[in-house]
Amino acid sequence: MTTWTPAELDAVWLSLKVATVAMLASVAPAVAVAWLLARRRFWGRSILNTLVHLPLVVPPVVTGYFLLRLFGQRGPIGAWLARDLGIQFSFRWTGAALAAGVMAFPLIVRAVELGLDHVDRRVEDAAATLGASPLRVFLSVTLPLALPSIAAGLAIGFAKALGEFGATITFVSNIPGETQTLALAIYSQLERPGGDAPAMRLAWLSVAISVLALLASEALGRVFRRRDP
Amino acid sequence: MSLVVDMRYDAGAFRLETRLEIGAGLTALVGRSGTGKTTLLNVIAGLARPIAGAVTIDGETLSDASTTAWVPPHRRRIGYVFQEPRLFPHLRVKGNLLYAHDRATSSLRVDDVISLLNLSPLLGRATSTLSGGEQQRVALGRALLSSPRLLLLDEPLAAIDQPHREAILPYLDRVRVDHAIPTIYVTHTWSEVSGRADRVVELEAGQISFAGSVADHHLGHGGPGGRGGAEYSAP
Repeated sequence: MTTWTPAELDAVWLSLKVATVAMLASVAPAVAVAWLLARRRFWGRSILNTLVHLPLVVPPVVTGYFLLRLFGQRGPIGAWLARDLGIQFSFRWTGAALAAGVMAFPLIVRAVELGLDHVDRRVEDAAATLGASPLRVFLSVTLPLALPSIAAGLAIGFAKALGEFGATITFVSNIPGETQTLALAIYSQLERPGGDAPAMRLAWLSVAISVLALLASEALGRVFRRRDP
Repeated sequence: MSLVVDMRYDAGAFRLETRLEIGAGLTALVGRSGTGKTTLLNVIAGLARPIAGAVTIDGETLSDASTTAWVPPHRRRIGYVFQEPRLFPHLRVKGNLLYAHDRATSSLRVDDVISLLNLSPLLGRATSTLSGGEQQRVALGRALLSSPRLLLLDEPLAAIDQPHREAILPYLDRVRVDHAIPTIYVTHTWSEVSGRADRVVELEAGQISFAGSVADHHLGHGGPGGRGGAEYSAP
């Protein structure tokens, strides 16, 4: 029987916390950005689209480096947040959540955008003729109909956040108990002599959690699609 | 009620140009497919924006291209029953009916509309389990409960097979008789509006080719039923 060390359990717990917080913080802005991209034609749309999807294509270490420059203790946003709001990202688990959220953001946006594309605009028009303002149409028709895609996007984003490595280690380093997520714990084990066995155990655990997240995504999508109102 | 639609609407090669005044009662809007009937309803409802001219109802400007005045669809109080019911799939029948109903301002009671359209047995059902005729009855009830000052019916029976069409027509009559909401009824089938319409407007290639009484329309088209009683089938 496998016995997990406190450090390993810390890493698992931290990974789940980081991924959950990253998703909770991402959902509202992701839906807003997806709606803008799916429904509005405006100057700068291509730029916004590129910026949102950038973390998918640039090396994660680059994303982490930019986060460090912006949200680090001396970064323009990081210094302001720390000074005026008491929020600190660098070398903290909150920074790991920010990095995970930024890396997962494009995946959530893409899923929600696809879902919004499939919402029948004619049903939204019907709601408008029934006296519903654009905001009410969005909240009472568009959002409920796009819910399966939002749930699927969050589940895939959660899986991505769990496995985030490059941006996290660059931005918040690899501090056991604070920023050392599962992926970083595996890396640490591989770096030390005799760490192969624990690394393998953590790797399998990581695979299992990711598979569960993907299965949950699949199941959630099915539940929402078949949902009897 | 007085609706004045004096406008031009362009969509690619298609142009709809109308100068039209409609009063209370039932107006039958007829014409072949692609002549702009649905577009005209969309302009009145605020779902399509004319490039020139204005739409006014009882003296209130709904849209005026010269001043860019524009009342959005949700503030027009114009009920619209579309060709396809467009019910909210995530709400049950009751949820659909109550969507637009505002107890504070509505002159209609939900129970009255439910009884009028015989919707009571359907209230707890998901919309996907309803037949085409039942869905259109729900759509009609939903539009009525929004307390419209004008009702637009765009071929509401088009997606329903013949026997069920005959079954829903009495409900439309009840709405017309009990509530006297001014209505524009688009149809390809003269029998749906025969004996019910107060006037006829006919569109041809985006222009009004006839606007007047049912009797005059009959005379102009060679006898009762207009176009020899034929349907305005697609060309």
